[in-house]
Amino acid sequence: MSSTATTTSTTAPARSRPAPAAGRNRPGAARARHRRLVATLFLGPAVVYLLLFYGYPVVQNVVMGFQHYTISTFFTGEAPWVGLDNYREVLGSPLFRTALLNTFLFTVGSIVGQFALGLGIALFFRRRFPLSGLLRSLILLPWLIPLIAASAVWKWLLDTESGAINRVLVGTGLVDTGVPWLSSTSLALGTVIAVNVWIGIPFNAVILHGGLQGIPDELYEAGALDGATRGRAFRHITWPMLRPVVTVVLVLGVVYTLKVLDIILGLTGGGPANATQTLATQSYQLSFTTFDFGQGAAVSNILIVISLVFAAVYLRLNRRAVDE
Amino acid sequence: MGGASRDPAWYDRPVSRRAVTTAGLLAPLAALLAGCGSSASAGPRTLRVLDTYTNEPDRSFIGKRLEEAARRAGVSLERVSVSGDSLIQRVLQQGSSGTLPDILMLDNPNLQQIAATTALRPFDELGIPTEGYADGVLAAGTHGGRVYGLAPNVNTIALFYDVRALDEAGVEPPTTWDELRAAAGELTQGSRYGLAFCGNATYEGTWQYLPFFWSNGADEREITSPEAAAALGLLADVVGAGHASSSVLNWSQADVKDQFVAGRAAMMVNGPWQIPELETIEGLEYGVVPLPVRDPRTQEPVAPLGGEVWTVPATGDRAKERLAAAVLTDFLSDDSQLTLGEQRFTVPGKPALAGEYLRRRPEMETFVDLIENARARTGLLGDEWPTTATALYTGLQLALSGQASPAEALQEAGEYV
Repeated sequence: MSSTATTTSTTAPARSRPAPAAGRNRPGAARARHRRLVATLFLGPAVVYLLLFYGYPVVQNVVMGFQHYTISTFFTGEAPWVGLDNYREVLGSPLFRTALLNTFLFTVGSIVGQFALGLGIALFFRRRFPLSGLLRSLILLPWLIPLIAASAVWKWLLDTESGAINRVLVGTGLVDTGVPWLSSTSLALGTVIAVNVWIGIPFNAVILHGGLQGIPDELYEAGALDGATRGRAFRHITWPMLRPVVTVVLVLGVVYTLKVLDIILGLTGGGPANATQTLATQSYQLSFTTFDFGQGAAVSNILIVISLVFAAVYLRLNRRAVDE
Repeated sequence: MGGASRDPAWYDRPVSRRAVTTAGLLAPLAALLAGCGSSASAGPRTLRVLDTYTNEPDRSFIGKRLEEAARRAGVSLERVSVSGDSLIQRVLQQGSSGTLPDILMLDNPNLQQIAATTALRPFDELGIPTEGYADGVLAAGTHGGRVYGLAPNVNTIALFYDVRALDEAGVEPPTTWDELRAAAGELTQGSRYGLAFCGNATYEGTWQYLPFFWSNGADEREITSPEAAAALGLLADVVGAGHASSSVLNWSQADVKDQFVAGRAAMMVNGPWQIPELETIEGLEYGVVPLPVRDPRTQEPVAPLGGEVWTVPATGDRAKERLAAAVLTDFLSDDSQLTLGEQRFTVPGKPALAGEYLRRRPEMETFVDLIENARARTGLLGDEWPTTATALYTGLQLALSGQASPAEALQEAGEYV
C-alpha cells in the first residue's frame, strides 16, 4: 500500500512541471505519458504480487467460509454454498467458547510476560559491562531455534516423570512427585504460555533495546541535574520517549500471538481435554484433521477479524503519533 | 550461440537494460511453464507410487516387494514416500491438479473418505482378486459395497508385559478388567507405573480406547451408552488411582513404548510394529496377551484393525490403471503377504495363511488370533468416522484428566463435534 502512495506523489509534481511552457506542450505530454507508463510498469509487479499472494487467499478464505468444502471438493470441484451454516455450527459449539477464552488468556499472558521480561532485559543491556555484547546475542537464541525443535525439547523437559525440570524439583525436595506441567488441565495453558513467553522475549528485547538506543543521553544528563534518576528518570524520560516503540511491539506481538499454532501443537496438540485449544489450533484441526475446510475457514476468518481490529488500533495510534 | 561465436567480443558489449528487464520478466514465466510440464513426465511404462514408509527398514521391505512385482508386470516404478501426517494433504493437492499417482497407499480409516470422492477405481473393474481376506480387512477397503483397497498385512494392539516385573510381584497377565486394575496396582512401585497406554488428543488415543469400548459391547453409532462409559471408566480408574501416569494424556504410542523400555511401566498397550525394537533391548523379557475384557464368559476381545491399504487412483489413463492392477495383484499375493508379514511383524490379510505364518513367526500368535475378529474403524460409519473418532478422543481426554465422569465426558464429547 505504501508503495502506491509514494509513487503517485512523486510523479504528480513531475508531470505538472512542464505545464507553464505552453509552446512545448506536445513533447511534455508525451514525456508525461512515458513517465506514467514507467510508473505503471514499476507498480505492476507489486500490485500483481499483492493481489496474487494476499488478495486471492483472503478472498478465497472468505468464500470458503460460506461453502461446504470437504475432501470431495478437491476431486469434483463442487463446493455447495451453505450460507452462514459453517459459522452457525462453529459458534454454536462449546469448543468455540473454550477456544476463544483460551486464545484471550494465551495472548494476554504471553504479551504481558514477553513485554515485561523483554523490557527488563533491554534496560539491563543498556549498561555496558564485560561480555554484554556476547550475552546480548545469546538472548536471541530462542529466536534462532526452529519452533518445532524448541517445542519438542520443551516437551521432554516438562515431562511429568522423566523431565529434567521435575527431576530437579523432586531432587531438591521442592515437590514430592513430578508436576504434571502438560498433562494437567489446570496447568497446561500456563505452561504453554510460559514457553511462548520464552520464545517471544528476544523479539521484545531487541526492538525495545533499539528504541532505548534512540533516546539521547543529554536528556538523562539534564534530568539528573533536576534530580530525576533511576525510577523517576524511567517514568519521565524513558517511558515517554519509548512509547511509539512500545506500541509497535505490543500490537505486532498481539497479532503474532493470536495465530500461534506450532508451539501448541508441538507441546499438547490442544489437549489435555481442550485445555490449550485456541482458535488457531481449532481452525487447523477442523481443516487438516477432520478435513472440514469450510468450518476451518470460518474459524480462521473470525481470527483474521480479531487481528484486523488490532491492526486498525495500531494504524490509528501510529497516525496520532505522526499528527502530534 | 551462432551469433556469439561470430563475434569474439560479444561478452564485452554492455547488455542493454531493456534486455535485462525483458529476461527478468520472462524468467519466472518460463519456470512456471516448465513446472506445469514436468508433472506428466513419467513414461508409458513407468508407474508413480505414493506411500508413507519413510522409515527404515519398512521403506526397503516394501520397496523391494514393489520392485519385484513391477518387474514381473514389466514396468518400472517412481516411488515417493511422504510422512503419514502429510499424506492426505498431498493426495488432495494431487487430486485437484489431476496428478494422482498410479498406485496409492492409504491408512485404512481414510480409505472410505477418499473412495467417496470417486478418486479411486473399484477392484472388481480392475480384476484384482478380493477373495479370502478377513472380514475386517474387506470392510476397511469397501465403500458403497465395492472394494477400493486391500491391505497385504494388518496389525492391531494387545497388552505387552514385563515378564520379570510380573514374576517378582507374583502377578499373572490379566485377562479381565478387574484383574487389570489389580495388576496395575500391584505393579506400581517406586518410579514404575503398572500400565502405560496412549490417551492423547489424536486418532491414536481413539484407537487405543476402541478395544475396551468394542469388547464391552459399545457401538460407535451411539457413543454415550453405558457400555462405552464403563470402558472409559476402566482407563480413568487406572489413571485416577495413580497406576498409570497422568502423562498418558500426551503420550503417543511411541512414547508409551519408550516408557515400557525404560522400565517405567510394567505393562503397556501397543502394537507388533514395536517388536523389532523391543527385541534389541538387552535384558528385556516381555510377553503379549490380548487386551482384557470385562467378563470373559460372555465377551471376546475385539481388536481394532490397523494397517495400510493399497489402491489404484482413477487417473483416466486406462492402460496405466491396468498395469497398476497387475503390480498390486502380485504385491497382494500370498507369498508377498507371508514375506512382508515375516519381515515387518504384521499379520497377513488372509486368515488361511495364518498356519504358515505362525510357523515362521510363532511370537505373533496373539496378534494372529486377534486379527480374525478385528474390526475396521470405518466399518459402520464409513466416511463419517473422523467426526466420531474426534468425539471419542475428546471424551477420553475429559475423563482421564478428571474433568468429567466417564458418562458425562462422553455426553460432552458428543456435543463438541
